[in-house]
Amino acid sequence: MIDVTGLVVSYGSATALDHVTLSIRPGEMVALLGPNGAGKSTLANTLAGLLTPASGTVTVHGRLALIPEGRQLFPDLSVADNLALGGWRSGQRDPAPVYTLLPRLAELAPRRAGVLSGGEQQMVAFGRALMSHPDVLVVDELSLGLAPNVTSGLARHLVELNRERGLTVLLIEQNARLAFELCERAYVLESGRLVAEGDCADLAGDPRVAGAYLGGAIT
Amino acid sequence: MSAFLGYLLNGLAVGCAIALIASGLVAVHRVTGVVNFAQGTFAVVAGLCVSSLLGLGLPHGLSEVAAVLVAALAGLLTGLAAIGRPGTTPLSSLIVTLGVGVLAYAVEIVLWGDQPRSAPGLAGSVTVAGARIQTQHLLVIAVTAVTFVLLALFFGRTYLGKALTACASNPYAARVVGLDVRRLGLLAFALGGLLGGIAGVLVTPLRPISFDTDVTLIVNGFAAAVFGGLTRPVVALAGALLLGVAETMAAGYGYGAHQLEVALGLMLVVMIVRAGRRSTIHQEAV
Repeated sequence: MIDVTGLVVSYGSATALDHVTLSIRPGEMVALLGPNGAGKSTLANTLAGLLTPASGTVTVHGRLALIPEGRQLFPDLSVADNLALGGWRSGQRDPAPVYTLLPRLAELAPRRAGVLSGGEQQMVAFGRALMSHPDVLVVDELSLGLAPNVTSGLARHLVELNRERGLTVLLIEQNARLAFELCERAYVLESGRLVAEGDCADLAGDPRVAGAYLGGAIT
Repeated sequence: MSAFLGYLLNGLAVGCAIALIASGLVAVHRVTGVVNFAQGTFAVVAGLCVSSLLGLGLPHGLSEVAAVLVAALAGLLTGLAAIGRPGTTPLSSLIVTLGVGVLAYAVEIVLWGDQPRSAPGLAGSVTVAGARIQTQHLLVIAVTAVTFVLLALFFGRTYLGKALTACASNPYAARVVGLDVRRLGLLAFALGGLLGGIAGVLVTPLRPISFDTDVTLIVNGFAAAVFGGLTRPVVALAGALLLGVAETMAAGYGYGAHQLEVALGLMLVVMIVRAGRRSTIHQEAV
């Protein structure tokens, strides 16, 4: 579904991604872990076609939607308008199917996106991404700044879409516990390079990964 | 009293023309972040075009529409020069629009010469509460009112208008959902040209237009647009009306030579007040 080979992305003279190679199969839910500044968002933006690689190849089969870090809504527009604009690529402007999946959004529809709580904004960003009928969903920091109960609610929807509708998901997270709980496989990115990859269960048992991302607790 | 009312009504008409220039500036700045200093040029191009087309015997209506469309095309070409190249910063684009304005001088002088040109508008005048107001002034007020209502409907109700607002609101998010920010920016420039063109065809019957009239138009339009922080068209409209009335009053009561200074003075005061406010907010945030 996603094939990345030897990807290099630079900002001027600084290299943000250094020969990254990864592959995600259709219907998989894969995590990408890493500390701040590791290049996770750069990878997300490159997959979404917003950044041009210096070298390497990125192949995405099907339509990819990105839930960007920090939600990135249109604060001056209503929730309904935010959702409608999410359908710019697909041509679907009616948010009714998204309301069926996320009924809370129907209640929020007339409100300005900028005045909503963090959890509500993340739900709008989620709904807006779904409006484009994606085959692949890249979620950049689902849990950032959200209460655990809000995160788990959104995670439940994500798992449901993955298991019941076959949506391929790349979950970019700093919260490794959440990522390991939701995903089958994971990649670990540090300073622009992939330093580990494998099944989540194996990675959770790896002392280096556990030390760095699970506070030393090997689960 | 009737003199005061006359100045007030004429001032509102002058303010409406300024508002059209300002709304063009706001439309371009909201979507692209660029201050388009060629905005006055679009009005000049439309004014000169309408004088030529009417001179060639084309009927009213058709001439004005054609002139406005030429101004919209000029807006689009300016946009291509200013933001056509990906990665151009708003500051670089601003310099390009200044360059386009200077280039336009040369083109206008070659095509129309350097002498002011006028065009016939609506003849006659009406008396309102003892004050005489030219019918053309009423037309300017009416067309501006309709234009602002249509603009509000376009930006507030249509999908394309909301996409333009989205580009202004969060350009990164606009790209995330697949909006072509550059193409929509070009559309904003064309819209700016259209609005400038409407101002041009309305003003030309009231005051002769020459290649360098854009300076007065852009100074006034910019003053009004700054009033609304270059992002709020309705506040820019209020600023433009205030400016128009202030200038007409100044001219009416014997300070006609200082109209431009009134605009510049007002712009300076607004900018100083806004700058003061912003630093206060910034300090609070820190």
